[in-house]
This record gives sequence, structure tokens and C-alpha cells, in this order.
Amino acid sequence: MEKIQVEICLGTTCFVMGSSHLQELIEIIPKRYNDKVEVSGKPCLGLCSQDCEYSQAPYVKVNDDVVSQATVEKVLKVIEGKIRNNEK
Amino acid sequence: MRNNNSQAVHLKKQILIKIIEAFFSDNYEKNTRLIPYQMRPKGSDVPYRCCIYKERAILKDRAIAELGFSIEEHDETVLLSEYAKKALEREKPEKNPLTVLDAACKGCVPSRIYVTDLCQGCVARPCQNVCKFGAISIVNGKSVIDGSKCKNCKQCMQVCPYNAIVKITVPCEDACPVGAIAKGENGRAKIDFDACISCGKCVSACPFGAVHEKSQLIDILKHMKNGEKVIALIAPSIVGQFPGNIYQLKSAIKKIGFYDVYEVAQGADVTTKKEACEFQERMEKNESFMTTSCCAGYNQLIKKHLNDIKPFVSNTLTPMAYIGQIVKQKEPNAKLVFISPCVAKRVEVAEDPNVDYLMNFEELGALFVACKIEILNCEEERFAFESSKQGRGFGVTTGVASAVRDASKNNDSINLTCINGLNRDTIKQLKKWAKDGKCNEGNLVEVMCCEGGCVGGNATINSVKIASKAINEFKTKSIDINDIEICQESN
Repeated sequence: MEKIQVEICLGTTCFVMGSSHLQELIEIIPKRYNDKVEVSGKPCLGLCSQDCEYSQAPYVKVNDDVVSQATVEKVLKVIEGKIRNNEK
Repeated sequence: MRNNNSQAVHLKKQILIKIIEAFFSDNYEKNTRLIPYQMRPKGSDVPYRCCIYKERAILKDRAIAELGFSIEEHDETVLLSEYAKKALEREKPEKNPLTVLDAACKGCVPSRIYVTDLCQGCVARPCQNVCKFGAISIVNGKSVIDGSKCKNCKQCMQVCPYNAIVKITVPCEDACPVGAIAKGENGRAKIDFDACISCGKCVSACPFGAVHEKSQLIDILKHMKNGEKVIALIAPSIVGQFPGNIYQLKSAIKKIGFYDVYEVAQGADVTTKKEACEFQERMEKNESFMTTSCCAGYNQLIKKHLNDIKPFVSNTLTPMAYIGQIVKQKEPNAKLVFISPCVAKRVEVAEDPNVDYLMNFEELGALFVACKIEILNCEEERFAFESSKQGRGFGVTTGVASAVRDASKNNDSINLTCINGLNRDTIKQLKKWAKDGKCNEGNLVEVMCCEGGCVGGNATINSVKIASKAINEFKTKSIDINDIEICQESN
């Protein structure tokens, strides 16, 4: 089964608007999901320069899905959904 | 509870960014006036308040605070564009560093002990029995508290077998360690500035984001625009608050328009060495204990509420004061801006002869966003003076006291103890030490107003845990305090 890829945007905008706190995920995810999910912090993903700008930052990508105004809880929920789908 | 990552904080940052964008635009005043309309355009969702008009009114108030004015004295008929203009014309920032947004304040129900519906009207009635003040009676088979008799002792809460009795809190009142914020006659929070120590705990505690710092951003940007030299002095707690390393951060700050950047950790090295000497002298004179003196919130606590502890407080100046002396001597015409994790330093800056302004981490972050600066893409630029690992550790609890210990020649005789965050209990503790003239817990007492140290300040961007880790990593790459010569010109 393919690993779920989680990319946390650590560009300046996302970091200032809250992704600083999402670095917590880099510790939580491997502990909780072992090798099912891969998580990494990334330089600016370029999402803030598109239509929704900084008011929707911080952004996280879970595979191809963009999570806006991301929080630790929100991202974990999306991951859980994907794992359930994969297991079907 | 402290929360520097809430929706309310997010909103404050958005407005800061918009004000900066307006400042750099071709029509600063008009674009400032339009901020509430841009953020809540016609027909948009109303996420928080009763209607779009109230949303906009509160956004306007937030913008006024971020332009540096008090909402308490604000005249509703004055347009935001007029405030923008006044901010630009102002010679000096206003005095009190905080302001309460009347319209944003929920007017929480008064703090009290309350019996909820969970009360089973039991036969034992432990609540009634335990109450020393006769405040509890039984009405329709259930306990009721008479507010005029209740002394908030919470005994009834503790004995109720159903956990049916709760304390209703007002978050700002609860967070304030000195009772300086309370509901006024209209039910809205009001700050008593004679008692306020500017610790910023109410700012972090209010879930409605109704307490604001009054920003000096426009004042600072004005000097830059006029082509004056503006120099940033970055607090040690800045490490971990932004992406990239501190050397990239230095060039990123210069890209905004700052002429140069100094580490306040350099000043912390002076503080450390001087405080270590002072400690030895005091112990030789058989004094029982000494407390550190670099926390601005603590210094105001001493001034306003805890005069008795003064004889035990170190006379050494703060890291900011020393770096201010050093930099002003080199650049007498420059404007110095302290880049700060908290609001308390605003008061220290106002009294400091060398440092001119304060910009907090949120405001610096907003500047990076508005100026579209990618810190991770910035080049690394070293400092002329590389600070010690001890100086760079000042922003984390125990950092100051252990620095002083490390710099002392005779460090076996030092016994550290820390006040990790001021609250009603730790203030009581300090009062006791002052009254008794001794502290059994240790002879070198570090006092930090915020839990976790400066990394727990109200204007920080990161969590205490992640930021502390980043600082500790940075420390391992830095030199020891005993291996550097300190500038002796700073006295």
C-alpha cells in the first residue's frame, strides 16, 4: 500500500500564521501511524500566493488534498479518513 | 489558559498584515479605512458576531489598537483613515501599552461559584454543611448559593459527590496575577493601569481577543521610510519563532528595511557577567538570597506590588539595556527597536534612554508576510559579535540563573531556584521570602513572569515546547561564556 504523504508548509507566511505549532505533527505522526504515513516540513508550497492568500494559512498537504487553516486535529482527521479509505 | 494560536490571534495578525500593506501602498489612509470592508465584504459570512456590522466595528477597533491608539479614548465618529494619519503624525507612542476593546469584550458573566443542574438534591447535603458562611440554602429540593454571602472559598465544590458545583470564571480576571483587570460598571473588562504590570496574561487569556497591545509599527515604519537608520535588537527568545536559522533571520530583517541587527544575547552576556560578580559580593556580605532582574513584568511587579523584595533584587541591568548602550554608542543617530516576545518590555523601552521602540514577534511576522520575504531563501549573515550559549539561553526558564552560575568562579556555593511564571501563588511565595528575609529553596532566585520563560510571552508565535527545543539546539552550537571577552565600555 502506498504511504500517505503529509507535507507541512513551513514557508514564512504559513509559519507565522500557525504552522509553527504544526511541527508537533512531525513527532506525533510516526508514533501513531508507523510507516503508513510519511510527514515532512517543506519550504513554501506556494499555496498562499494563489487565490486564498494568508487569511487561509497555514496550509498542509495530505497527498493531493490541501488542508487550509490547518490545525493538528484537522490534519489528523484527514489522515484518519485516508487510512480508512485505503483499508476498504 | 495561554493560547497564542487561536482564531483571535490569527485575526490580529491578518489585520497587522493589512495595515502594513496599506502603509506601503499608494494610498495608506484610504486603504487602512477599507480594511474592515475588505475582511468582511458585502454578503460575506459572519463567523463570530451577531451581524456583519458588528464584525466590521470590532475589526476597526482592532486596527485602531494596531495603529497604536487606546480604544478607551476612541471616538466612534472618527474614521480609521483619520487614525492612520494621526499615527503617522505622532511624535511618541502612547503611554499605557494595553487597551481593551469594549465592543469585542463579551462581558462574561461575573465570576462566582454556581450550582449546576447536576445537583441531585441529596440527603447528605455536604455543601450546606461545609459552608462556613451560611451561603447555601435548599430551594425546590436543590442547593442554591446566595452570592451576597458566598466568599468563593470553593469548599462546597470540593465536597459535592456529583461534581455539581462549578466556578464560573472570567478568563482575563483569572489570568491577571495582580487583580488589575476587572469588569467595570457596564460589565466589560477594564484595566487599572496603576496596578497593571503589563505581563500580557490577559491578552493571551481572553477567548474573544478583546485585549490588545498598542502597536508602534507605524512609528517604526515611518522612520524607515524617511531613510533613517533603524536597528533591530532581537531578543534571545526569537530563535524558533520563525523558519530558518538566526543568521537567515538577520538578513531577512534587513530586507524589511532595518539597517542592522544585533543579538540581545550580547547584552545578556554582560548581564550574566555582572550579575555573577554582584551575586558573589552579596553572598560575601552574608545576604541570604538574590533574585534576577531581567524580566520586565517582574520589575513592574516589584515597583507596584512588592517593594519589600527590592533589597534582594539584583541591581544589574537587563540584556536589552546593555545592548542598547552598546549600539547607541556606535550609532548615536539610529533608532533602536527591541524585537520582543511580550508586552511588558514596552514599559521598559519607554523608560530606557537608548532603545526607542518595540516590535513584538507577531508584528515582525506580519512584516515578513506583508513584504513577502521567504526566510528560508535568505542568505546567512553572521553577527559581528557572536554571543555565548548562556546568553542565548536567557529566553527559557532556568536560563538566566544557570548562566549566572556558569559564569561564577565559586559556583559550588550557588543553589538555584526558579519562579517559573508569576501567578497569585508564586507572588505569595515571593512576598514570604521578602518578609522573612530569607529563601530556603535557594540563594539565587530566577524570576520569570511567563511560564516557560520568555518563550511563553504573549506575542510569541511558536509553542513553548518547540521554541525551547530550538533554543537548546542553537545553544549547543555556541561558545561558552567563559571563553569570551565582554565589551567593558558598557557600564
